[in-house]
Amino acid sequence: MSGQPLLEVENLRIDLDVGGTRFAAVQDVSFTINRGETMGLVGESGCGKSITALALIGLLRHPLMIGGGKIRFDGREIQNLPASEMRGLRGSRIAMIFQEPMTALNPLSPVGRQIAEMFVLHKGASWKEAENLAVEALASVRVPAPERRVKDYPHQLSGGMRQRVMIAIALACGPDLLLADEPTTALDVTVQAEILDLIRELSAAKGTAVLMISHDLGLIANMCRRVGVMYAGKLVEERAAEDVFRSPSHPYTSGLVASLPLLGARARHGRKRLREITGVVPPVSAFPKGCRFNPRCHASTDLCRAEDPVVTALPDGGFVRCHYHE
Amino acid sequence: MLSFIVRRLLQSLPIILAVAALIFVMFSVIPGTFASSMSDDGRSVLDAEVMARMNKEFGLDDPVYVRFGKYVAQLATFDLGTSFRTRQPVAHVIADRLWPTAQLAFASMLFAILIGVPLGFIAALRPGSWIDTISMVGAVSGLSLPKFWLGLLLMYLFALMLGWLPSFGYGGGDLRYLILPSVALGVAPLALLARTTRAAVLDIMNADFVRTARSKGMSESKVVRWHLTRNALVIILTTIGLQFGTVIGQAVVIEKLFSWPGLGSLLVDSVTLRDIPVVQGSILVIVLLFLLINMLVDVLCAIIDPRIKYT
Amino acid sequence: MKFRANLVIGGVLFAGVIIAGIFAPWLAHTDPVMDANLMYAEEAPGSEFWFGTDAQGRDIYSRVLYGARISLTVGIISQLINTVIGVCLGLSAGYWGGWWDDFVNGLTNMMLAIPSLIFALAIMVILNPGLTSLLIALGLTNWSFTCRLARASALSLKSQGYVQAAKVLGYGDIRIMLTQLLPNMLGPIIVIGTLGMGGAVLAEAALSFLGLGIRPPYPSWGSMLSDARDQITTAPWISIFPGLAIFVTVLGLNLLGDGLRDILDPQARTRRA
Repeated sequence: MSGQPLLEVENLRIDLDVGGTRFAAVQDVSFTINRGETMGLVGESGCGKSITALALIGLLRHPLMIGGGKIRFDGREIQNLPASEMRGLRGSRIAMIFQEPMTALNPLSPVGRQIAEMFVLHKGASWKEAENLAVEALASVRVPAPERRVKDYPHQLSGGMRQRVMIAIALACGPDLLLADEPTTALDVTVQAEILDLIRELSAAKGTAVLMISHDLGLIANMCRRVGVMYAGKLVEERAAEDVFRSPSHPYTSGLVASLPLLGARARHGRKRLREITGVVPPVSAFPKGCRFNPRCHASTDLCRAEDPVVTALPDGGFVRCHYHE
Repeated sequence: MLSFIVRRLLQSLPIILAVAALIFVMFSVIPGTFASSMSDDGRSVLDAEVMARMNKEFGLDDPVYVRFGKYVAQLATFDLGTSFRTRQPVAHVIADRLWPTAQLAFASMLFAILIGVPLGFIAALRPGSWIDTISMVGAVSGLSLPKFWLGLLLMYLFALMLGWLPSFGYGGGDLRYLILPSVALGVAPLALLARTTRAAVLDIMNADFVRTARSKGMSESKVVRWHLTRNALVIILTTIGLQFGTVIGQAVVIEKLFSWPGLGSLLVDSVTLRDIPVVQGSILVIVLLFLLINMLVDVLCAIIDPRIKYT
Repeated sequence: MKFRANLVIGGVLFAGVIIAGIFAPWLAHTDPVMDANLMYAEEAPGSEFWFGTDAQGRDIYSRVLYGARISLTVGIISQLINTVIGVCLGLSAGYWGGWWDDFVNGLTNMMLAIPSLIFALAIMVILNPGLTSLLIALGLTNWSFTCRLARASALSLKSQGYVQAAKVLGYGDIRIMLTQLLPNMLGPIIVIGTLGMGGAVLAEAALSFLGLGIRPPYPSWGSMLSDARDQITTAPWISIFPGLAIFVTVLGLNLLGDGLRDILDPQARTRRA
């Protein structure tokens, strides 16, 4: 594997068009993902993490669009790529799985066929060959009796099974990068762990890099080597996972970590209220002046309210966006 | 599949029985009987004796429950009674008129489907374009046109002015006579189909599974072919089924306008002449036709959408 | 802003028709029924008779204006009747459930199986032709959709917190239905009502055309067209103007209904490029 990162995102800006006015829903987002690396993107609903992923795979539709910045995939700039060339990358080199497996699959098509489409599209297989490959794909995601499941329709499968089908589809052609947008949020807790294990194993086996998006810190901590924390459309902290949890730099991250209910905490520390971050995420049209987090930050000063902090590199290799980072 | 069909048939049975009962109840309270209507029109003046004889002959003197009993018994044997006017069995009278109406209904719906559905597709796949705007404006206009007015205008233009097509009548099955009535009748369903198709396609193109399909690297044309068509078909078929009912109902006016010898004009004539058995029978047959067509549509939908069989 | 155009154009057209109807006595040139002068029979449109005259020598322009009264009356009142029936049946069926719900459902299924024009025809057989009969006939044929809608709304809303609260407070069932449930479904009901008015105008025209609605010499647009059929070769203008009037009225109502749907019906999504 060459030393060049697989994905480089530089100052990405995503605009939202509301009746003619453009708002920057995502701004100044920069990060890199190396080959085979699993990176997490964490934040509350509405912080822009999902649309960042959509931008990477070129699936932004009106009223969203890329408003600036660069996305370099395997050394090649793809943010302005013509549609036909982007299509060449989609599915075969960059793949995505989504949150709601029930609605993400065509209800009128057997799941086997939906997997087989990948092989017909990208590997030039005939439908017959593709159907056989689909059975193998189902087996690789640990679906029991795959030769029978292949004929089932999505509504006949459980949520966990459907998500396995989605993973089979996404990984069918061995993509270099898998974008996973909240893949387990809609599933039962017991199934969540299985699906995450599956993603971890398959991506390790095939050397697939993964961008794992979630609002669940615990999940991210388990799966990812590097973590990016997003708030109101900006990346406020990006570091190695253990560093983020052991010594969070940005007040928002500390707030997130502190609000995690920990097993055994009551035994150790006695009864305490769950810590929360007061306030709500601001809407795209009304981002606060200065640092976007300042209304909710317990340590904000006049400087915070006046100036938006710039990215500061941290000694352990990450960065943070705060005037008073720890 | 077979059990599905049987289930649907059984569901339709109480409806048709209810309709039959409703019709009977409605017409048994008619203040004017056939005989008195004849004298109303002033065409013939009957004396009380003749009227009494007519009433006896058609069993109109019997108490209501006896009449209802006879009615149900007759229906069970598919006997729709006897026409007041022609003394023919109603079933025969209706049977003669069935084929022209069927022709008209199918021709109009074919016209509506062949133009309306593709138009809706194209409008949805290019939303906001000039073709989208024109189609939708056209569709609203088509829905607002009185069919018989359209028929009159078409008649005037194509038959009387240009002389390309015959202006009215059946022509003994000559298909040229079918054209003007079908177009007049088919414009409204066409408009509705275009609108419904457009809405359905737009909905589907924004659905999650289409996003998944795109994420696979599929071109838009493949998305349309592999994922859109089947899903849109269910909604389109359902609309077609419902429209058939409206078409059969509206055919009444078109048939009268074009002197088309179908069930609709029979109904209108019988209503004017108060030939009750024919009116009852025609309504029953029309409802039956409608229910059958809807059942057919449901079966087709069940074939396409695997989720339906299990409900 | 295409959907706003619906509202504006539809509103203007409909308002125009209403004005024509209300102010007919001032805007018209002649009495629509009495002023029939055979000397002027079948005259083409000109400076004296703007829309021409019909076979009885009556001024078509005046008749069209007065015809607006009939069509609007029928459209508005019959749709009102339909809405009231549909809301009463649907609300109560959804709210009370049980055998009443089954009964209403069966009734609705039956009504949906009969094409509405046919049913209206059947009713007109029983009643003597005339305005009141027409109102009753049309008022009884088009309530099914409103009923379904009201029922669905009642079903989904009756388990809401504020409804339970009202019950606990001792509100009677009817009061709950009227004050808690009804306001939440007003939007879609208004939309269906507006579109239904267009349908009612078309239905009245069709029935009058067949001779079963408003009988001549009253100036119903539909009966005017029925008279026109025989004169189509000699005096085509008799056919054009009444039909145009119907078209404009129904178009206005349809556009208005579409525009209202975009605003009032929350399920309608904006679908622009």
